[in-house]
Amino acid sequence: MSAPGRLPRWADYGLLPLLNLCAALLISGLVIRLIGESPWAALKLMAAGAFGAQDSVGYTLFYATDFVFTGLAVAVAVHAGVFNIGGEGQAYIGGLGVGLVGLAFGSWSPWIVVPLGIAAACAFGAAWAFVPAWLQARRGSHIVITTIMFNFIASALMTYLLVNVLIKPGQQSPESREFGPGAVMPSVHQALGMIGIPFAPSPFNLASLLALAACLLVWVFIWRTRWGYALRVFGQNPQAALYAGISPQRTILVSMLISGGLAGCLGVNELMGSEHRILLDFPGGAGFVGIAVALMGRNHPAGILAASLLFGALYQGGSQLAFDMPHVNRDMVVLIQGLVILFCGALENIFRVPLAALLCRAGGSGRT
Amino acid sequence: MEPESPAPEAPGGSPGPALELRAIDKRFGAVHANRAVSLSVARGSIHGLIGENGAGKSTLMNIVYGFHTADSGEIRVNGRRVVIGRPRDSIEAGIGMVHQHFMLVERFTVLENVVLGAEGGRLLGKGLGEARAGLERLGRDYGLDVPLDAETGHLPVGMQQRVEILKALHHRADILILDEPTSVLTPPEADQLFRMLALLRDQGKTVILVTHKLREIMAITDRVTVMRQGAVVHETATRDTTPRALAEQIVGRAVLLRVEKKPARPGPALLEVRNLEVRDRFGVPRVKGATFSLRAGEIVGIAGVSGNGQSELLEALSGIRRPSGGAILLGGRDIAGENVGPRDRRGLGIAHVPEDRLRMGVVGSFSAEDNSILGYEGRPEFSGGGILRRGAIRSGCERKMAAYDIRPPAPRLRITAFSGGNQQKVVMAREIDSKPSVLIVGQPTRGVDIGAIEFIHRRIVELRDAGKAVLVVSVELDEIMGLSDRILVMAGGEFVGEVSGEEANERTLGLMMAGVRGDPRK
Repeated sequence: MSAPGRLPRWADYGLLPLLNLCAALLISGLVIRLIGESPWAALKLMAAGAFGAQDSVGYTLFYATDFVFTGLAVAVAVHAGVFNIGGEGQAYIGGLGVGLVGLAFGSWSPWIVVPLGIAAACAFGAAWAFVPAWLQARRGSHIVITTIMFNFIASALMTYLLVNVLIKPGQQSPESREFGPGAVMPSVHQALGMIGIPFAPSPFNLASLLALAACLLVWVFIWRTRWGYALRVFGQNPQAALYAGISPQRTILVSMLISGGLAGCLGVNELMGSEHRILLDFPGGAGFVGIAVALMGRNHPAGILAASLLFGALYQGGSQLAFDMPHVNRDMVVLIQGLVILFCGALENIFRVPLAALLCRAGGSGRT
Repeated sequence: MEPESPAPEAPGGSPGPALELRAIDKRFGAVHANRAVSLSVARGSIHGLIGENGAGKSTLMNIVYGFHTADSGEIRVNGRRVVIGRPRDSIEAGIGMVHQHFMLVERFTVLENVVLGAEGGRLLGKGLGEARAGLERLGRDYGLDVPLDAETGHLPVGMQQRVEILKALHHRADILILDEPTSVLTPPEADQLFRMLALLRDQGKTVILVTHKLREIMAITDRVTVMRQGAVVHETATRDTTPRALAEQIVGRAVLLRVEKKPARPGPALLEVRNLEVRDRFGVPRVKGATFSLRAGEIVGIAGVSGNGQSELLEALSGIRRPSGGAILLGGRDIAGENVGPRDRRGLGIAHVPEDRLRMGVVGSFSAEDNSILGYEGRPEFSGGGILRRGAIRSGCERKMAAYDIRPPAPRLRITAFSGGNQQKVVMAREIDSKPSVLIVGQPTRGVDIGAIEFIHRRIVELRDAGKAVLVVSVELDEIMGLSDRILVMAGGEFVGEVSGEEANERTLGLMMAGVRGDPRK
């Protein structure tokens, strides 16, 4: 007997997210209408802002890269039944790792420093995830609570370090000095320029290849390795995991280490790829967007890729909108993004049951 | 939804059926759970509804009780059409249901549980007082003695079931539906329940008994309806039929009700358990000093009412739970310690079919093939260098599906899309295929249809005949008596007696399960 609301795959992965997105845009449109602007014009502005020119595409993909890392981080943990809300803090601390490598070894060859920076990002992110994971696995502390707390601790720690330790001497704003030339991830326009293809400058950089590789590796890990299998067993049915002899403690630790490592890679994209120094609050909420991305992408790398593109476009298009429309300010854009997260994340199932009933009826009448 | 006509007051002694279902139809997606089911239940009778799991009995009763809504068809109570969209509608129409899993708040007293949903006002005091008087009267009338002020969770299961019945009667039910009511009872408790039901019938109440046990249908019902694949296939007065005839109607073909097996030829002991003590997570001892041995080529059955330590015993033997004392000797080596977990025990040749398939034995959201390697995913045939061998897993699952006649033979289908019997066959195939020397089976045929029961029993006997040791824990006495070469009875965490398979009968086992010690063979 199937549970009510089970959908065919194409509807579950395609139609349902689309419906959710449309609902979010519809309500956003109403709000824009309410403040006296044209929703249609706003939509066009946003689309143009996200995809209208080479550099806007570059920005969209740059943001999307962030969301792929944090989205995958959430997804890996969710497959093990662990809800890691701490992507923001893990990304922040991962960035610290990248930054320390950039500051210390910036004069070396990029062939050494970039991989070193990636390794440091993973290690620092994973280390930040390890403490809540250990507390959950060994002491039963609730990981949702501890990871949220660790976001705050990360924030306070970074502020302290940037204000007191890493700050560039003789400067007012809490930022480190610039990394050396070796600690720079080549940007896409530079890379394309080298092979003779012109592309407008943007922060879009080769960390996006790392994001694609991460998608593939996560897919292989989750669905093609015995460890991924064990992780999914534990996530879906902890009793069955006990029965199978899969250690809950180990599973929680492994999933959180991978999750934290992935979140940490955000620092590679932001710091090595764009900022080239450590600055305050560079993750900018991407760790939380990762939760929505993972939800919308059904915790599958392909879905996460698509959802990241959407959110990248929303970020880039939204800032363009705030720039171009007099009545739409930055907060309006946050509202639109919030509505998309609300409908695609928190309310992702509101259309499920009616849609399933509709499809079932259509299928039933089609057969007879 | 409201009833189309006001809920009828039971018109005393009016003729016609108490409950009539006409052409009830219900689909869940692709599953046609009820196909134009019509059923007429006479007032003041006990009507049995029997069928395999997935035959549509529960769906039908859930429609009557308002958990599901029928796609088409109508329900008539005392000749008047009612529309039941939620449980409240059916309660108003005078229908009460006792679920297989009780719907009681354990921390509430009996009285508080009974008035739940009929509190009679904002302040509890008055309603409780009236309810107390009413319940004492009901208790006298129907012999349903229950301590009204006891905390419900502390009462034995049989007593909790009475609370459910009382609750239904207190809600003025004239039609009482009981869903598999004896699955948690000892045989004496079941007898007591049946006496109670007979009394209710004699007082003019109507009882619908949903069960898969032929014995109960024969013992107590006036009429019986057989369902198969969502439709009613047979209906008759109980006195005009036999268990064999009913079984054939249920399955749709001739079946063997008894397990056919040759006498056992037990060899040396493979597994020895000495003074095993197992505590639950609250530190309460659930198995107290169990000592027994399991020999090659024999099936040992453990009988007992569920909750008497069998689950903990199984978990200790399979390595899921660490015993607090005693020894488990496998080939002379003590494996009771924590460092010999379930995976290591599989490696040592102990396979385990858990009692609760969906809770533990399978991962509901996984495909059949992914479930067919659960616990064995690290074996070289299924993975190398950490990478799963997808092809080998698929072909292995296809082979098992063919060997165990698992239908549909679709390895990629989600396990919960299979019937209970086929799910169990996936688990049995997985465990037997691992070539164990000791197989531990909890509730081998719980929620399994009669056709598959026969198949699973045959496989267990085959394993025994191949010189392996098998331990079977079951709450179904028929199953224990049919399968086992030796029967150990558990009550209150202790072994209270041992009987050989041939000499066992329901009465002696029942007495021992109730905790009466002594040699029943005298």
